[in-house]
Amino acid sequence: MKYLISLILGLVCGATLLLAALYFNPFVARQALSPLAVSDNVLVVLNYSLVPADSLLFTNDGESVRKPFPLKVQELWEPAVQKTWVTVAELTSVRGEVVGVGIKFASDSEKSRPLRGEALVDSVWHIYLPGRGTLLVQQVENYWSLLMDIVVPARWSSSDSWRGNWHNSITVGPEALGTGKVIGQTGEFAGLSAEAMESVDATVYSALDGPVKMHGSLTIARPTENPAQ
Amino acid sequence: MHGLFRTFVFGVLLGLVGAGAYLHFVPVVDLYRVPSHVTVQTNGGNQETFSIRLPGDRIMAGRPGAAAAVPAGLAWPDAPAFDGFEAELFKIRDRDDTVIGVASRMKRTAGSGDGFVQWVVHLPARGTMFAALEANPGAGQARSGTLRVGTGEFEFRRGSVREVFVRDDTDSDPDNEGRIDLQVALIGLQEESR
Repeated sequence: MKYLISLILGLVCGATLLLAALYFNPFVARQALSPLAVSDNVLVVLNYSLVPADSLLFTNDGESVRKPFPLKVQELWEPAVQKTWVTVAELTSVRGEVVGVGIKFASDSEKSRPLRGEALVDSVWHIYLPGRGTLLVQQVENYWSLLMDIVVPARWSSSDSWRGNWHNSITVGPEALGTGKVIGQTGEFAGLSAEAMESVDATVYSALDGPVKMHGSLTIARPTENPAQ
Repeated sequence: MHGLFRTFVFGVLLGLVGAGAYLHFVPVVDLYRVPSHVTVQTNGGNQETFSIRLPGDRIMAGRPGAAAAVPAGLAWPDAPAFDGFEAELFKIRDRDDTVIGVASRMKRTAGSGDGFVQWVVHLPARGTMFAALEANPGAGQARSGTLRVGTGEFEFRRGSVREVFVRDDTDSDPDNEGRIDLQVALIGLQEESR
């Protein structure tokens, strides 16, 4: 009997060690600097709020920390869309002016691998910028750093919250440099093929209510030789 | 005592390997899949129809100045720059009436500059389609267009997308507006080049 207890204790310790190693994994790189920041391309920066109540609309399965908004919006409770969330946001320029509307579809990815520090999400932005045109941005995003740096500490905190200054790029694909893919459709973006990166800036997160002060930035790098310009 | 310690160490190693193997082989995300209703065409392409029941599947209808915004409480931007622009969000169903994804439809009326109608159909377990349709409807209020880009299983496909509004007069429910059918005919780039 004492050997069995010893074995079970060992199993629990081993599994806990692995989880600790995953949490403190030094080989999972934080990507604070966007590869687009060092390019010669013209950058279009679109900011939006990650706080559901600051969006035009946010919906998910209704059981996550982030609550759907407005109150009476339909929830995505059907099995095929349960791991999907949709944000409709006003997009603002770096000066804070509303320059467009974006609809973001995001679904948990089956390619997620905790052992490699990957909590992947497949996302697509459908964007309309009045007077400029429409475009689509396809991305693979990795939320591992956000989970480890913000969400887990917030859950461990006695105040059920996290405060700090956190900035990180979340885009990891599908392009070779770990950037997102931009396909322009109308207006000045017609025929555009470019790259994009999305980053998150967080200062306050609640384990009970989700993001309290958190915003995202979508940076689109337009090649300077693009004839559309 | 040594035996106990050795058992403990063995347990630790087994726990490490076992937990590692579990995380490696058991997917942390397992998306729900329903069988696709695809009709294979003689040219090697395939055809599929997605449906939206109105008004039940409409998640959002954003229009400047619209009195009855969907959902209630939606604060749609009313700046003049957004005049003539509408955005809608729907749940998408397959032929069996099962919800399999979500879709957005953006429209700008032709009278207010460059008109367009665009769809993004996001099917989590399959991929995403981005289609551009003609701004003005043709016969029977149908719009035709093309798939511009796809991801997942639609990545290397091209083809046509047709939006048809079907009024349903058979239903006694007075709130029933009908349905939108998205008829998609796609072919793989490899088949197309043959």
